[in-house]
Amino acid sequence: GCFVFKPSPKKRRVSQKTVNHFGERKDDSEDTELRYVTCQSLWNEVKLETEQIQEDLNKQLFDNLVSFLRRSHSEFQEKTTEWTCQMKSREIPTAALVLGVNVTDHDLTFRSLSEVLQNNITPYIALLEAKDCPGIKNLMQKLMGQLMNCYIDVDSLEDEDYVQVSQNRIRCSMSSLINWYESVTKKTDCETPRKKRTTSSRHWQSPPVVVIFKDMESFTTKVLQDFIVISSQHIREFPLVLIFGIATSPMIIHSLLPHSVSSLLCIELFQSLSSKEHLSTIIDKLLLTARFPFKLGEKVLQVLINIFLYHDFSVQNFIKGFQLCIVEHFYSQPLSILCCQLVDAKKRVNSLSHNQCENIRRLPSFRRYVESQASDKQIALLTADSYLKEIIQKLLEDLHVYHENYVLVLRCLHVFTSSLPKYPLGKQIRELHCACLENQVWETEEYESSLQLARMLNKPDLVTMLQQCVEIFVSSSGKEFDMTVEKLKEFLTQFQKLEDAFQERDVSVSSQKELQKKTDLYHLQKTLLELKESRRSKKLTKFEMLRFEVVDYIDSLVRNYLVPADHKTLHEIVYFNTASVLREHLNAAPRIALHTALNNPYWYLKNQALKSDGGSISNKAPDICIVYKLHLECGRLINLVDWLEAFSTVVMAVEGPNADAASSDQVDDVIHARFIRAVSELELLGFIKPSKQKTDHVARLTWGGC
Amino acid sequence: MSQPEGKGGGGGLRVKFVPDEEVLKHIADDPGIKVRKDKTQPTVSVKTFVKKLENISDDEAQEILEENKYVAALGICAQDSMGNGSSVSGGEVYSFQTPKRSSKMAELASELAQTPGQSVAPDHSECPEKTAKTPQSSSNYMFLMHVFSSLLQSKKKEFVSTTPYRLRKRLAAPDPYLESESEYSASCSEEEDEEDQKEVSTVLSGRKTPAKTMTASTPPPRNTLAKKNKENKMSNLVEEYFEAHSSSKVLTSDRTLQKLRKRRLDQQTLHDLLKKAPLAYAAEIKELNQQHESLFSKWMLQLHLGFNIVLYGLGSKRDLLEKFRTSVLQDSVHLVVNGYFPSITVRSILNSITEEVLDHIGTFRSPLDQLEFIIKRFKEDSSLELYVLIHNLDSQMLRGERSQQILAQLSSLPSIYLIASIDHINAPLMWDQAKLSLYNWLWYETTTFSPYVEETSYENSLLVQQSGSLALSSLTHVLRSLTLNARGIFRLLAQYQLENKDNTSYPGLSFQDFYQQCREAFLVNSDLTLRAQLTEFRDHKLIRTKRGADGVEYLLIPVDDSTLTDFLEKEDEDV
Repeated sequence: GCFVFKPSPKKRRVSQKTVNHFGERKDDSEDTELRYVTCQSLWNEVKLETEQIQEDLNKQLFDNLVSFLRRSHSEFQEKTTEWTCQMKSREIPTAALVLGVNVTDHDLTFRSLSEVLQNNITPYIALLEAKDCPGIKNLMQKLMGQLMNCYIDVDSLEDEDYVQVSQNRIRCSMSSLINWYESVTKKTDCETPRKKRTTSSRHWQSPPVVVIFKDMESFTTKVLQDFIVISSQHIREFPLVLIFGIATSPMIIHSLLPHSVSSLLCIELFQSLSSKEHLSTIIDKLLLTARFPFKLGEKVLQVLINIFLYHDFSVQNFIKGFQLCIVEHFYSQPLSILCCQLVDAKKRVNSLSHNQCENIRRLPSFRRYVESQASDKQIALLTADSYLKEIIQKLLEDLHVYHENYVLVLRCLHVFTSSLPKYPLGKQIRELHCACLENQVWETEEYESSLQLARMLNKPDLVTMLQQCVEIFVSSSGKEFDMTVEKLKEFLTQFQKLEDAFQERDVSVSSQKELQKKTDLYHLQKTLLELKESRRSKKLTKFEMLRFEVVDYIDSLVRNYLVPADHKTLHEIVYFNTASVLREHLNAAPRIALHTALNNPYWYLKNQALKSDGGSISNKAPDICIVYKLHLECGRLINLVDWLEAFSTVVMAVEGPNADAASSDQVDDVIHARFIRAVSELELLGFIKPSKQKTDHVARLTWGGC
Repeated sequence: MSQPEGKGGGGGLRVKFVPDEEVLKHIADDPGIKVRKDKTQPTVSVKTFVKKLENISDDEAQEILEENKYVAALGICAQDSMGNGSSVSGGEVYSFQTPKRSSKMAELASELAQTPGQSVAPDHSECPEKTAKTPQSSSNYMFLMHVFSSLLQSKKKEFVSTTPYRLRKRLAAPDPYLESESEYSASCSEEEDEEDQKEVSTVLSGRKTPAKTMTASTPPPRNTLAKKNKENKMSNLVEEYFEAHSSSKVLTSDRTLQKLRKRRLDQQTLHDLLKKAPLAYAAEIKELNQQHESLFSKWMLQLHLGFNIVLYGLGSKRDLLEKFRTSVLQDSVHLVVNGYFPSITVRSILNSITEEVLDHIGTFRSPLDQLEFIIKRFKEDSSLELYVLIHNLDSQMLRGERSQQILAQLSSLPSIYLIASIDHINAPLMWDQAKLSLYNWLWYETTTFSPYVEETSYENSLLVQQSGSLALSSLTHVLRSLTLNARGIFRLLAQYQLENKDNTSYPGLSFQDFYQQCREAFLVNSDLTLRAQLTEFRDHKLIRTKRGADGVEYLLIPVDDSTLTDFLEKEDEDV
């Protein structure tokens, strides 16, 4: 079943270049190389950024773990022989690392964890996965293999002969492991004088051995129990530390291990950052920034977020989706060469070919722009390439400025909306971002209601929000918002003044209260009613006026700067908007495709004979469709004879209505053969399987139908 | 009523007289209990049975009338609403099973046959079921409701039946009870002779016809009726599901292919016959394929960027992948795996990588070791690149958890590019999150509608007679490499087995007898040489030995008789 094809050696030298595949379509083979390079550099940048983010986010967790590991075997280090210590040291120090359900991200976490540990604590780290360890023997073998290899890695410079010892020949047992450990530590002990700067500066004299169980839940309980019991016997000679990677909840340890075993562990719990926070950071750093020229459209972002929220919680998959977006964008949009840093883009505009200029003229957003211009300018834009290029440069700059402002105002708006009750515009900034990208946010009901709510904010909240906004605007480098900052600061001082005035009034209120204390209930009621009356008739207080002013100002900012991206000219260059492609490739529904093909072949085969409406199919449909349709009418078992006859009835009717009774008595051989083919195809697809329950019957494997 | 008794083929079927009161009680019973009763003790009340028979005979008369109406209705059949295929809701695809009548298929077939080119709106007897089946998608439901009501109106037919209790039941709780009853009748209708068989395909079911004949009686408010119907359905859905699945017995007709006097086709004749039948819609299929082929360069790009590609959709994707291979991969090392091949294993895939791609000689203790070796080699040598094409990644042999794990790990290597196809409807269930992230799939829908010729040729289909050509060729191959004497020994055994082929309790040839015969034919001179010879046969799986009750060793050739005859004939030709 396997065939290897090797090209002849001289042919093989022709190295396949990825670039060649980039734009092999005939129509727009413009600047493919440049596009590919741009794409790759952008992706590499994004990748580096995401890795950096991951590292930063995990730092806290890793620091905690490292300090735990340092603490865990301090007794062993000091070689104390106290009785209490010995009792205690029967317990294996264990870190339970709760990582969340996004299993796919764990790998990366563990990789960086082992790197950190290697640098800080110990060279002896073994990463174990459940799939490699079906039994205790495999586990020990794997463990020893990893430990001894890592020993070789560290000291390979010093003694070459040790490498020759094959791990297979060593008997896999705890005692041989201990022997190995002793010999290793002894060796480093006596070598320390010489090699102090290489190894001992980073690690202690007898560093702990860290065993990481990547997916604790998938391990067989037996294996885990055995390993823990065995190693707890030797804990005094062998400073072992376990790290459990847990996807569900820490309770799993106790449900997996009986008390007698779990009591041998001294467990400390560590919680990793939730993947939702991780995603927020990623979105913050990748999308809500003007740093990366590439942007995601609203639909696309929505698809990616939905996959994350409803399918896997995996940040890795989100990034993968982002990568696919980048690739798709650069592959399908010839103008994407301009999707780079502004400085480069301006340079590239100058060297655009005529074809590319035509491409730009074809962009819908650019057409809108042309139509809005004066007629002489229109002609110039549509005919003169050089003038066009000039304008493009200007437009690109506008777009860039728009992005910078957009992000700031968005954050500002988020400060307000994220503290409103019930979060009409969403709690997360990504939801707000989506809403703003989708359409003009100020026209939505949610925005209206959030403004209403904002008009009811109390003063301390409002002041802190304004301060936050000022911070956001100040942090930006551009000069655009100097005025805004001034204005906001003015608001703040006004609030301050109000506060002073308020304190004065406070005194009067308190005096009033004292008066009331002496009155009886009836009087109190009366005064309160009066107070209420007066308040209703009273005009807005100064504070309320100011509050209205603030909200209106924010509203004006939003209207100015949060224009949806597809209203902007040339947005097609930097925005990737084809969400359907993404959904198709990342979140495919094979069953739906099959269902459509079987029920409505016209969807694929555009032949008028196949055209049909609603629930049924034409009888001229391909054989497999007819057979499928017929089998839907059956229960759990299908009689092949009935089926065959039904099929031949249909097929005969198509071939000729004059099929006489004599020939229909014996089903035509060809039809029989076609039936057999269709049935075995259905079997291959998994709709039916042969059944032994009754002769010449097949069993259905799906429910329902029609 | 003596008819079914007389035929008596239906196993435990018993017909007995039941007094009227009991029949009534029987009918008025709770449907759930009733069903169970039906299943446990196959007792049919004489009255209902008679009634049913009457209905059936009625149908035949009505049939011609029906047909005419269909033809008349053809012209006014509107077909403007095109279904939006890709946006089919999940509820439509994964619906609950509803109990079906056995004659449903024939019914649909006749329907399809009678409406050339046109499509028929689903006949109204199955409409209520439909509406209930897709409660998840309201739009779908609305559509069906519309069909239902409009159908009723346009045809001016009422839901009134000659058998009132039946209708009542049907409308109130439609209706595992009724279905089971009618299916039951179908399965015990042993009286159907072979001459009658054609009728099944044309006779419409017993319930439909009375409803249609009573055209002019009092019109009840149809829409509300339907709505009530639907509500009832909703509440009963769960119960129905369990009722449909609680029974171990399934009621279908008992006809077999043998009665059809239909010989089973073997692989070769099947192939020849299919060649005669022209491929339908060849032009459209070609167009589809061209669409897919335009994606080749994109696939290459994405493979190189670290994604792997999986193809799904109806139709064989073998030709497409083959085209991809010949047009793009000519200049690079690539491995083609025919997953549908019945003896493919992960080990053979790994072996061909280590032995042929990496030129490594030596064996490995386990696939995991082998995988580790491959990973190491590919990581060391960055110039190594390998394209892996797997036809049917979801095949029987490769769908196991361990195989998938190994393949996933292979595919996660940056310099191994995997492009695979899947066909089984449940194929995506093979992969959990961890494997999916290793595979890093990009899904491509490539519906080709091409027949699965290669893929199904190894399938153990019910309808296809196993030709044994494989066994025959292996027999001849092995024997050709043996000595003349050895061949003679085997011949003796084969001949003896063929002589006894009619003896169903033939245990095989005992060793002693065999030795005697061989001696007489001057083929061996001691039983030791014979034993040595037999060991060789056994190693090649040419014979099987088993010990009889008396402790005597019996020898058998585990090949069917026709193959054996073929073999002997061939041998005779050669000699």
